[in-house]
Amino acid sequence: MKRGFLLGAATALAVLAVSGALAQVPAPNAPAAPVAPVVNNTETFEIGLSTDRIGIDSAFTGTRLVIFGALDNVDSRILREQRYDIVVVLVGPRRPVVVREKESFFGLWLNRGSEAFNAAPMSYALASSRPLGDIAPGIVLERLGLGIDNLRLQIDPDGEEVDRTNRDRYAEALRRVNRSTGLYNQSSGTIEFVSSTLFRAELSLPADLPTGQHTARAFLFRQGALIREDSETLFVVKTGFESVLSTFALRQGYLYGVAAVLLAIVTGWFGRIIFKRD
Amino acid sequence: MNLYLPIAELSVNVFVIIGMGAAVGFLSGMFGVGGGFLITPLLIFYNIPPAVAVATGANQVIASSFSGALAYYKRRAIDFRLGSVLLAGGLAGSSVGVWVFSALRRIGQLDLVVSITYVVFLGGVGGLMLVESIQSMRRSKNGGPGDVRRPGKHNWIHGLPLKMRFHASKLYISVIPVLGLGFLIGMLAAVMGVGGGFIMIPAMIYLLRVPTNVVIGTSLFQIIFTAAATTILQAGTNMTIDMVLAFLLMVGGVVGAQFGAQAGRKLRGDQLRLLLALLVLGVGARLGFELFIPPDEPFSITRPVAL
Repeated sequence: MKRGFLLGAATALAVLAVSGALAQVPAPNAPAAPVAPVVNNTETFEIGLSTDRIGIDSAFTGTRLVIFGALDNVDSRILREQRYDIVVVLVGPRRPVVVREKESFFGLWLNRGSEAFNAAPMSYALASSRPLGDIAPGIVLERLGLGIDNLRLQIDPDGEEVDRTNRDRYAEALRRVNRSTGLYNQSSGTIEFVSSTLFRAELSLPADLPTGQHTARAFLFRQGALIREDSETLFVVKTGFESVLSTFALRQGYLYGVAAVLLAIVTGWFGRIIFKRD
Repeated sequence: MNLYLPIAELSVNVFVIIGMGAAVGFLSGMFGVGGGFLITPLLIFYNIPPAVAVATGANQVIASSFSGALAYYKRRAIDFRLGSVLLAGGLAGSSVGVWVFSALRRIGQLDLVVSITYVVFLGGVGGLMLVESIQSMRRSKNGGPGDVRRPGKHNWIHGLPLKMRFHASKLYISVIPVLGLGFLIGMLAAVMGVGGGFIMIPAMIYLLRVPTNVVIGTSLFQIIFTAAATTILQAGTNMTIDMVLAFLLMVGGVVGAQFGAQAGRKLRGDQLRLLLALLVLGVGARLGFELFIPPDEPFSITRPVAL
C-alpha cells in the first residue's frame, strides 16, 4: 500500500506541477497591470486523494492520509497576502449513537440522562491552513458544519425543536469523548503549499478508524468567505485475514461461534499436551 | 508488537493481551475457576468494547476450562452425572440471562446491574469463604484435620424429594437444588459474562456438600459447556466474538494455567480457599468502590443495539 501511495503521490505531483506551470504563464503580467484586477471568482479548486481505498490489515495502527489539491486562476495579490485559506476534512460514516450521563444517586453513580443522535460521524479529521477562527467568522463555520465544535450530529429534516442547552451538553460530551480518543481531531497549519498553486494536506487517522464510506471535503476561503468546495469519496475496508474473519462473523454468526469454540478446545488440548507434567 | 483486531476493530499490543491471559490463566489453574470474572474487567480496562470483552471472555474461558478439566479427568476428579444435571439447569438459566442482558442493555443500565451483581456476589461469596477458610485453618492448627467433611450432618436441602445418587461425589440428594443452582449460575453467567466458577465452587462445597476433590473438576466440566453455549449464542446474535483476541488470551491462559495448577497442588485446600476468597473480595471491592467515586468522564457513548 505504501508503495502504491508514493507512486500515486508522485503522479499527482507531476500532473499538478504541469498544470501549475501552465497556470503561471500569464501570471507575471497580471501584477504589472496598474488597474486592480477585475477577475472575480474564477478560481478553480480541485482535490485528489493519494488513494481511494484504505485497507486495514493486521498491522494497521492508524495512518496518515495525504490530500493534494490544485488552486488555479488565483488573484495573485490575494495569494501574496495569504488571504486564501484552505480547510480539508475527512468525515467518517454517520451512525446513530446514544450519549448517556452518569449522575450521583444517593452516592451511587449511575446512568440517568441520555440523548440519541441519529447521524454522528464515527470519525472526523480536519486540517486547515490557519486556525479555523482566523479563517472565517464563527457563524460561517457553523453554517458549514465545519470544525469539531460545529459538527452536525443530527440529520432531521422535519424534527421538532430540542431543548437547546440540554442538547449542547450531550453533544459537547460526544465531541469531547471522541476528541480524547482521537476519533475526532483537528489541526491547523497542516496544509502546506508545495508551489503557489499546489497544496498538500495531511490528516492523521486513528487506529480504530471505522470501516465504510468516508468523504473528503475541501473548502477554499477567500478573505473569510467560502468560494469553492470539492469532495472525494474514500473507502476504508478490511483486507486479507481481517476481512475474511469479519465477513465470516457477520454472514454466518453461529457457524463462526462453533469455530470459536473448536479453536478454544483445540488450544486448551494442545496446551495440555505441551505442558504434560503430571 | 501491535495487531489489529478484526471484530473489536482496534489495534492492541499482542504481548499485553498474552500477558493478561497468562496472569488470569495462572489464577484459574490454581483455583479451578474459569477466570471470566477477571478477564472481562481487564479487557474493558484495556479499551476493548464491553460487548466484545464479555463475549470474547466466554470464548477464552472454554480453552482454560478444557485444559484444566483434562487434568482433573486424568485424576478421575470429575462427577459427570452431577455436572450434567448442573449443566441442564445452567443452559435454561443462561437463556433467561441472555434475555435479561439485552433488556438491560436497551435501557442503558447494564453496566450498573453488572457492577452491583458483581459486588454482591463477589462480596458475599468471598466473605463466606474467607470466614470458613480461616476457621478451617484454625482447626488444623489445633491438631485436627483441616478439611472436615461431616457426612452425618444434613441441612434442609437433604430433605427435598426427587433424590438421585451421585457416585463420584458420594452423594444422595434431590435434583431440585442441583438444577436450581445450575439455573441461577447460568443466569448470572450470561448477565455478568463469566463462567460462574467462583459462585459454583463454594455453592457446591457449602450447599450441596460435594467433596472438595471433585468440586473443581466438575465445575470446570460444567463451565466448558456453559461458556460454549454463550459463545455460540453471542456469535450468532451480537457478532461480538473476536477470535483473534480470544486466541491470544487462550495462548497466554493455557500456559499460565499449567503453572497455576502446579502451584495449586503445593497448597492445602483451606489455604487455596483463603487465597481465592481474598482475590474475589479484592475484585468485588474494586468494582464496588468504582460505583461510588465520581467518574472522570460522566458521559459515555454507546451504539444502539440493532434489534
